[in-house]
Amino acid sequence: MAHIQLKNISKTFGNHTALTGLDLDIADGEFFVLLGETGAGKTTTLRLIAGLEKPSEGQVFIDGVDVADWGAAERDVALVLQQYSLYPRYTVRENLEFPLKPKIRRLPDAEIKDRVDRAARTLRIEHLLDRKTDRLSGGEMQRVSIGRAIVRKPRVFLMDEPLSALDAKLREALRTELKNLQMQLGATFLFVTHDQIEAMSMGDKVGVLNHGRIVQTGTPHEIYNNPRDTYVASFVGSPPMNLIDGKLVNGRAVMAPLNFELPFSGGAKASGATDGRPLVFGVRPEDVYLESGAPVEARVHDVENHGVEKILTLRVGDATLRATVPARTDVAIEQAVRFAWNPDKVVLFDKGSGVSLRHVG
Amino acid sequence: MATTMITTLDRSSRAAARGLSDISIRNLFIIPTVLFLIVFNIFPLIYSLGYSFTDFRASTNAPANFVGLQNYRDLLNDPYVWSNFAITAKYVIISVAGQLLVGFGVAMLLNRDIPMKGLLTTLLLLPMMLSMAVVGLFWKLLYDPSFGIINYALGLGTFEWLSDPKMALYAVALTDIWMWSPFVMLLSLAGLSAVPKHLYEAAAIDRAGPFYTFFRITLPLVAPILMIAVIFRTMEAFKTFDLAYILTSQPTAELISIRLYKMAFQEWQTGRSCALAYIVLIMVLAITNIYVKYLNKVKER
Repeated sequence: MAHIQLKNISKTFGNHTALTGLDLDIADGEFFVLLGETGAGKTTTLRLIAGLEKPSEGQVFIDGVDVADWGAAERDVALVLQQYSLYPRYTVRENLEFPLKPKIRRLPDAEIKDRVDRAARTLRIEHLLDRKTDRLSGGEMQRVSIGRAIVRKPRVFLMDEPLSALDAKLREALRTELKNLQMQLGATFLFVTHDQIEAMSMGDKVGVLNHGRIVQTGTPHEIYNNPRDTYVASFVGSPPMNLIDGKLVNGRAVMAPLNFELPFSGGAKASGATDGRPLVFGVRPEDVYLESGAPVEARVHDVENHGVEKILTLRVGDATLRATVPARTDVAIEQAVRFAWNPDKVVLFDKGSGVSLRHVG
Repeated sequence: MATTMITTLDRSSRAAARGLSDISIRNLFIIPTVLFLIVFNIFPLIYSLGYSFTDFRASTNAPANFVGLQNYRDLLNDPYVWSNFAITAKYVIISVAGQLLVGFGVAMLLNRDIPMKGLLTTLLLLPMMLSMAVVGLFWKLLYDPSFGIINYALGLGTFEWLSDPKMALYAVALTDIWMWSPFVMLLSLAGLSAVPKHLYEAAAIDRAGPFYTFFRITLPLVAPILMIAVIFRTMEAFKTFDLAYILTSQPTAELISIRLYKMAFQEWQTGRSCALAYIVLIMVLAITNIYVKYLNKVKER
């Protein structure tokens, strides 16, 4: 198992800059999730670590050793891709044996059989071993490609959106399985995804990538509750954090174009939140609640029933904001409601830079 | 292709304005081709089958007598014809194997990012586009013992490539390899570029060496298209005539089609040569069928 470090990595493809000044530190045995939109540079980061691409600048360290001159084979990583990349025309068993068979590091047959059987048992694909890969379903194929990664006992597992091509049920099941597998093996995992639910549910640590830069690294809890800037705030969470422009006046949050006020106690008040400074107030939908005596009136614009809860879209003036309320709350569209927020949970962002005041200094 | 759909006529189309239905348009396109095929291919084919059972000679006015299987019996018992077949087999094996090696090898070299790849590929394809007769004529000059550039370059003095009984067939095969390797290269390139790149990346990650990757991934995936190249080239090589005829007159390089030509148009044994043509046809069909069976097996795996 291994400790991975990226130092000041930049990567350009012709005129296109994929990564700029990327620093990343993945501890031994950690499940690290790299989260970002399509084109943010997630896959490039993965390929740099795997040795399939060379960085334009910066260094990659595996266990403290600079691996700039090492090829993919020497780095001893396993890579699971979205498109499965199983070897066609071979059976599942032959696919699983493939990484164990090259002559240079050929293992004894008994050992190969043992490892393949163990991997098949872990992933519950024993009954498929003699099947050709083109007769497998998507979920089975992805299990086989994960199996091909684990038979080898690599130093690091790199996974490039392995679950994106699967249907929802299977994705959920494999999510749990992967997490369990990682804990069983105690291996270092780097998991790339654009799905923030995957990131939140699987990661020990999450790195949010935006336009080739790491915006924030932290535990899912930190990322969710204390986003570093408005990008992270709006990208993580479903529905995303409400972001409202305004300023502080005498312990009250005064929303500027929207024209409503909410109490804002000094409790969560961060340094630099002086009266009158243009700010963005960020509040999670679950920290917005409806109450008959609450200070602000709004109209219900839309109701999304999720079974366990309802997601309301409230309309205040021209703007909308989201609120998560218990499913038993009885509301109708266009009904007038009153709402308030939980001031302790409100995050303040600087209007100009978008950076959270808690993260400045 | 379980169902054939004939779409209804678009009322506003020009064809409709001229009063043509889809079916008449279809017939308009197909019937000339079918007629052409019948007149120039199928009719002579059947007509010559009839002649192959007679002692017809096109050079005389004597009527053709039905002789049954006599022609076939004679031919199959003729050791000279068998030696022609043996020469042909040797020629086919050498030239197809050579083309496969050279063509696939060059395709492997070209299947990467190199500058001016398009131009290079086009230039390499040129031999294939020349006429057989032209290739034959100018390789004859290249092989020439007294002023040929091959002997000059290799320092072989006055070695007689085309008059040497042992060398003549190889010399013809070499010319054929030069001419048709590009064809194998073209098909191989198509096959190679169809191998998904991520498979190579997965193999690199799985720590497979270049040989292992080649034999376990590249070759199995390109095999079906290579088989197609082999089928085409075998059929063509089997019926090679012009190249060998122009290059050499050595009996050791007398391919079956040359024998056939001599029999038909120098000895005027029309009936017998028709029979020989049928024997060749059946052989080519048989070989092709074996290949196709094998190809399907390769594809299934």
